[in-house]
Amino acid sequence: MTAKPATGTTSILKTAFVNALIALVLFSLMVGIRTEAGASGQLTYWTRFGELASLVAAVFGGSIVIELLRQWIGPTGAEKLVPPAVQSGMSFIGRYLAPALLIFTLLVPVIFYNQRYILDLAILVLTYVMLGWGLNVVVGLAGLLDLGYVAFYAVGAYSYGLLATNFGWSFWICLPLAGILAAFWGVLLGFPVLRLRGDYLAIVTLAFGEIIRLVIINWQELTGGPNGVSGIPRPSFFGIPLDNSDDGLAAKLGIEYSPTHRIIFLFYLILALALLTNWATIRLRRLPIGRAWEALREDEVACRALGINTTTTKLTAFATGAMFGGFAGAFFATRQGFISPESFTFQESALVLAIVVLGGMGSQLGVALAALAMIGGFELFRGLETYRMLVFGMSMVLIMIWRPRGLVGHRAPTVYLTKAKAISSDLVKEGHG
Amino acid sequence: MSGDKILSIDRLAMRFGGIVAVQDLSFAAERKKITALIGPNGAGKTTVFNCITGFYKPSGGAIRLTHDDGTTVALERLSDFRIAKQAKVARTFQNIRLFPGMTALENLMVAQHNALMRASGFTLLGLLGVPTYRDAEKRAIDLATDWLKRVNLIDRADDAAGNFAYGDQRRLEIARAMCTEPALLCLDEPAAGLNARESAALSELLLSIRDELGTSILLIEHDMSVVMEISDHIVVMDHGVKIAEGTPREIRDDPKVIAAYLGADEEEAAAVMEGGA
Ligand SMILES: Nc1ncnc2c1ncn2[C@@H]1O[C@H](COP(=O)(O)OP(=O)(O)OP(=O)(O)O)[C@@H](O)[C@H]1O
Ligand SMILES: [Mg+2]
Repeated sequence: MTAKPATGTTSILKTAFVNALIALVLFSLMVGIRTEAGASGQLTYWTRFGELASLVAAVFGGSIVIELLRQWIGPTGAEKLVPPAVQSGMSFIGRYLAPALLIFTLLVPVIFYNQRYILDLAILVLTYVMLGWGLNVVVGLAGLLDLGYVAFYAVGAYSYGLLATNFGWSFWICLPLAGILAAFWGVLLGFPVLRLRGDYLAIVTLAFGEIIRLVIINWQELTGGPNGVSGIPRPSFFGIPLDNSDDGLAAKLGIEYSPTHRIIFLFYLILALALLTNWATIRLRRLPIGRAWEALREDEVACRALGINTTTTKLTAFATGAMFGGFAGAFFATRQGFISPESFTFQESALVLAIVVLGGMGSQLGVALAALAMIGGFELFRGLETYRMLVFGMSMVLIMIWRPRGLVGHRAPTVYLTKAKAISSDLVKEGHG
Repeated sequence: MSGDKILSIDRLAMRFGGIVAVQDLSFAAERKKITALIGPNGAGKTTVFNCITGFYKPSGGAIRLTHDDGTTVALERLSDFRIAKQAKVARTFQNIRLFPGMTALENLMVAQHNALMRASGFTLLGLLGVPTYRDAEKRAIDLATDWLKRVNLIDRADDAAGNFAYGDQRRLEIARAMCTEPALLCLDEPAAGLNARESAALSELLLSIRDELGTSILLIEHDMSVVMEISDHIVVMDHGVKIAEGTPREIRDDPKVIAAYLGADEEEAAAVMEGGA
């Protein structure tokens, strides 16, 4: 497809023809000829010209449709697509979306009291919102591409799991410890890797994520290896257990016990943790350290010329993100009651990173919306079975075409003299330095 | 040259593999004066700046910075951010390096990072919102406001730096460097791309920095009108070595400089030098 908008029938046909030709070349080997190892190991092959022809025809037709659409919409793109009235409406929604969403979230357990499935899903979404907000500090603010974020999630989960099962420490003591341990690992892993830039940093963090998982699998005496840690205690309401016993919370309050109580407690627990992450991030952004993170994303050389120690600044970003990951991990462990290395694969890191990128890097609201769309959307497509991944991937691609800089594509300044003006994401750098 | 030297460079050398960018270069910059470093393209001026500010590690030689209180710092032994933080040397870049996605005010706040970090108790006190930090932040905003006024950008304080016109970006970068409250300000071609009116305003700004704040300035500049008007002392480089130094008057009449600047064509060179006067 050409970037220049084509005009006239001939140029449309030309574009479509070129695209069809490319498709022919690509698909002739991928689809047109099918090879397989025969019974005695010899190579057998047969041709599928029918399928090839239909694919090429589809590309030809599709190109014409896309070119026509493009001319109809015109080169201005989004501005023309979205009428001004809708745009002003959207900015109105934008202003009240976050508070409305928060109020709705607070009311979820009331509205869906009897729907266990929705409550579970909401807890899952909130866990990813928290992870997204945590990773957002590293990727969105400091601009460090971290593909191994799941490592800190795992450290947090195992910290709580092991401390609670071995020493019987309560959740509320282990929670800060899990965060501190994860932050400690963040610093430890950060030291050697933060000299690296861009793609190299991404690959090494990816490797660290895998290393942590492999260590967990192989350090059998401590972690139980592939069998994981089971019997992790459920959280208590500040010492009062949430069960059917005589000194359980239900008995003390004099209400009838229901297993939903615990689910609702977990819901508010993860909501509180996520909001803590959000509050801390918003606060940190307005402090010198947060401004230095963003400056680092914008231009590392200029930071050093201004006397900012970029190594410690990167380390603090890494450690802060890791700490929030650790909190989320501890929550995960107490919610599941059982953890094993299988929960901490690269796929988790990729999912959380996708949430941050989709949300619009650096935007708190964007990350929350993206987590809702990704996790909730994924559930929504459950009925599609085999095609779930395909539909999901397609919708991701479409969203990224519609909003290349994420759902919330602007940056709010951290300090202002007269008026805070949103900064277009076209100006904001992505970092990865 | 006599008097109080803030920066003295002794036999500085910088090689990149086989390329000798700077060789056997010695000169000094006086305190509270403007010293210009000029020379044709590729003479090695930016390389000298990168050595002073620690972005390059010199292959040889010594760079000494002497503070007002007499303490001396060996810059060639410090890393880049320590030179800015401890030795108080600020710089701008030949190809402007602002934080484009941050507002002008934010750019100037980032410049005050180290002072604000201390005031925020390395973030802990700041997170709790203690009043001492809030006072420090207010002072930082005041300093930034003051500089935005000085460089005539106060109306655009809340606009993203990336949206600024070229000349405005240059002035903002100088303001940002000054917000670190430096002892020595190193400017790499601040007048590049400016029109005549903007160049004149720049000269005025630099003179006020020297006279009102007493900041020493080291200036790389191709615009002879600026150099001749505001410099107290000029060092001329060509092919990595110093070929002349002296007052603007001495430099203007130096045949070696004229020859180096425009190759062999002395008449044309003389015309340029005169025009710049
Ligand atoms: N990092 C580097 N690696 C290799 N060579 C370099 C490097 N930096 C500078 N040089 C070389 O050193 C010489 C001097 O370059 P420098 O940028 O210092 O010149 P300059 O005087 O600032 O020129 P201009 O007026 O064009 O900015 C050039 O030949 C350049 O190619
Ligand atoms: Mg240069």
